[in-house]
Amino acid sequence: MSLLLEPSAAMIKEQKLYREMGLTDEEFARIEAILGRLPNYTETGIFAVMWSEHCSYKNSKPVLKKFPTDGPHVLQGPGEGAGIVDIGDGLAVAFKIESHNHPSAIEPYQGAATGVGGIIRDVFSMGARPIALLNSLRFGELTSPRVKYLFEQVVAGIAGYGNCVGIPTVGGEVQFDPAYEGNPLVNAMCVGIIRHEDIQRGIATGVGNTVMYVGAKTGRDGIHGATFASEELNEQSEAKRPAVQVGDPFMEKLLLEACLEAVKSDALVGIQDMGAAGLTSSSAEMASKGGFGIEMNLDLVPQREAGMTPYEMMLSESQERMLLVVKQGREAEIAAIFAKYGLEAKAIGKVTDDKMLRLFFRGEVAAEIPVDALAKDAPVYHKPSAEPAYYREFQAMPPYIPHIEDYNQTLLGLLAQPTIASKEWVYDQYDYMVRTNTVVAPGSDAAVVRIRGTNKALALTTDCNSRYLYLDPETGGKIAVAEAARNVVCSGAKPLAITDCLNFGSPEKPEIFWQLEKAVDGMSEACRALGTPVVSGNVSLYNETNGEAVYPTPVVGMVGLIDDLSHITTQSFKQAGDLIYVIGEAKPEFGGSELQKWLEGRIFGKAPEIDLEVEASRQRQLLAAIRAGVVASAHDIAEGGLAVALAECVMGASGLGAKVTIGGDLVSELFSETQSRFVVSVKKEQKEAFEQLVEAKQIGEVTDDGALVVNGEHGETLIHLSVAKMRNVWKGAIPCLLKSKD
Amino acid sequence: MKFAVVVFPGSNCDVDMYHAIADELGEEVEYVWHEEDNLDRFDAILLPGGFSYGDYLRSGAIARFSKVMAAVKKAAEAGKPVLGVCNGFQILLEAGLLPGAMRRNQGLKFICRPVQLTVENNETMFTSAYEKGEVITIPIAHGEGNYYCDEQTLERLVENRQIVFRYHGENPNGSLADIAGIVNERGNVLGMMPHPERAVDALLGSADGLKLFRSIVNYWRETHVVTA
Repeated sequence: MSLLLEPSAAMIKEQKLYREMGLTDEEFARIEAILGRLPNYTETGIFAVMWSEHCSYKNSKPVLKKFPTDGPHVLQGPGEGAGIVDIGDGLAVAFKIESHNHPSAIEPYQGAATGVGGIIRDVFSMGARPIALLNSLRFGELTSPRVKYLFEQVVAGIAGYGNCVGIPTVGGEVQFDPAYEGNPLVNAMCVGIIRHEDIQRGIATGVGNTVMYVGAKTGRDGIHGATFASEELNEQSEAKRPAVQVGDPFMEKLLLEACLEAVKSDALVGIQDMGAAGLTSSSAEMASKGGFGIEMNLDLVPQREAGMTPYEMMLSESQERMLLVVKQGREAEIAAIFAKYGLEAKAIGKVTDDKMLRLFFRGEVAAEIPVDALAKDAPVYHKPSAEPAYYREFQAMPPYIPHIEDYNQTLLGLLAQPTIASKEWVYDQYDYMVRTNTVVAPGSDAAVVRIRGTNKALALTTDCNSRYLYLDPETGGKIAVAEAARNVVCSGAKPLAITDCLNFGSPEKPEIFWQLEKAVDGMSEACRALGTPVVSGNVSLYNETNGEAVYPTPVVGMVGLIDDLSHITTQSFKQAGDLIYVIGEAKPEFGGSELQKWLEGRIFGKAPEIDLEVEASRQRQLLAAIRAGVVASAHDIAEGGLAVALAECVMGASGLGAKVTIGGDLVSELFSETQSRFVVSVKKEQKEAFEQLVEAKQIGEVTDDGALVVNGEHGETLIHLSVAKMRNVWKGAIPCLLKSKD
Repeated sequence: MKFAVVVFPGSNCDVDMYHAIADELGEEVEYVWHEEDNLDRFDAILLPGGFSYGDYLRSGAIARFSKVMAAVKKAAEAGKPVLGVCNGFQILLEAGLLPGAMRRNQGLKFICRPVQLTVENNETMFTSAYEKGEVITIPIAHGEGNYYCDEQTLERLVENRQIVFRYHGENPNGSLADIAGIVNERGNVLGMMPHPERAVDALLGSADGLKLFRSIVNYWRETHVVTA
């Protein structure tokens, strides 16, 4: 019935109805030219969603090309469900990160939950067994009731989905800043393990092969979700709540197990998740990649609701659905696998040789579009870019040096900053142990997950200090990659590759596009210097509320390989008497620091400098020492500087303390965020062996008195705090903010 | 000795249970899909954690109707060791094989962390390898582990020494009398919220759960002495 209510092709053009779907006048004209006629309502919707930034990367493609994506160990680079990297023994690791920012801003529980669901499907659609989840979250300050609500619900959504599917959420990061007040960021990463021979592709080939639909039925949820994700948030966004999907993790679990059984069958030709733009993107992309066409009969699509139109079916983003291409005549074998899990694998179409996406509905052709026009030949724009005025001002500022009188109170104050404070409140809600491979749980530099049946493990982390990126996107981009690598190295792993989620404001603004360009330049340089190519990723633009963009936030998800379980290292000090070393020297760098943000209420000036050669060399030295077995603990110096790093090293150990001596410029030594630095502890008997491998300065010893003591060169006490007191402040900060009624 | 790990749609600790038995204990173990109706070939039945059937209604409320549950009941009646962990415990409660019920955690949040337990009764087929009063570290990971029963039931549980594990120190979920695990009157059906199968390898933080599985094997060996 609702078919009759759809606007005619002529009305769409005359009343410019395509604009509501996010298409420009030029794009509509281009569609007319491609088809040689006016598109109908369904076709207009299909073009709109496939040409959205979310699906086509039309604004970011020219920038993304700059990333290094190759390496001898890269088995699958960007362009598939997930990137894949060889880890030896015939095994490989598949991983990807993806955003679900806009849905989470208006319906945080389901937005976050379905973000997790989507990224899991991306990984198992490659044929990989998901073994770990991570995330990267950004919120406004934890003082407003709205932000508290978003934070609590996002965490609950991630937990609700991941815990139920039975994939451990082993790590992540959470930061708080007013820049994310109206537009939180919710990025989810999934990591899977796969045997080389099991790698699948989202591809449709072989004329006459059957297109099969599996998983949840199609409903009216999430229609135009990808379009919604490609525009700024404003007061009207709340009305787009129906564009947010609802997750069913139980269905996902069944789909996961069934698909991993199906990929073992040679009856399967291709498999792809129905993610953003659902049935449209999966079918068009699979056909375009394969160089074929696809025909589908929409009457056969399993539907949750009666009377759905082709437009609704093609644009629905109902969750937990996959599209398969199966060899003709072998459909029953695949259907039997799904039937075991109570799922129906339904034939809904076939592969054709005419490179068209052709849809039938009630015996008539409902849409007919060249697949390449929807996928690889979608428009690409080279947006203008302009250096923002704020950047020039920041660069011209004299260095900011905070004035500190009481070092004890400063350290306690830093430990209570939500960005530094313990995230136990968050990860206690995640089942981080299921599948019993989590060797290093959330809370250390990187999570470590062993690979059963081998003596190897993976180190996993997500990182991005967006304050540095805001001050200087190129330097900040370098730092994001370098910090991820530092975390991976500290856990005893060699960095392998990254996935990235580029969260930025509107690319229509030259200043924002400049941020994107510069950030990618910086990240690319760091990836080259550290030997970690980009193998997958996602772009989330239009992260703005009422015209205000978030900080440029290109989240880096990094995977490292630990080739011997005995190399696994954590940040906590291990035993009294161990020697404490610092690698790298502090400079007075406080631009964008936690201390500046806390004391001044805002950030300004220059970001800390980074020399990628120095970075790479220190990482190599530290990793060599860890592999030689002469490092007891290792931790990178990040937000809050050396003082916070030392506090973290003692708070994770039970009953231990530390006594160190520092000289020079005390404020910088203690709190500066100078890059490429580490705190390492070493057994006394390994002092010489360590010093031969690593250039580092010994600053003190691990003690057994449960206190952190920092003395000046002349014996004066700068910091003397009990570990118990620090731990109370550090662990209590987030629960306390959530409880407070202000 | 041969263990069965029952797999319901939505079980997700089945793999962990399997590896604990196969790799750490070195005993025979097989997955059993929920549609099977015969468990006669097994010496012990393990119901793993997870979210059977999504647990959208009430944890374990649907799983109890599963085909395999009749066979689980039969095994319990035959006196075979039956262990339900987390969702497995919830299923045993729903199936009436153990008394009481589960409520949502007092804090209304899912909790995942290692906790300490006291072994209250070491004279069961599941705990004989522990010392009485031994404090062990085993992880929990649940949203509904707040055990509850009426007063008479609690009295009976205490009298019959059916409370096998209690939380030591902090009670994470608000369970009645700090109950973490109970057995049936006969002593052959154990339900517990903490995950012993996650504590079988010191590399992952604790191997305190291993003694539980060893106790089961010891019991079986004692009762199945080969008399040649």
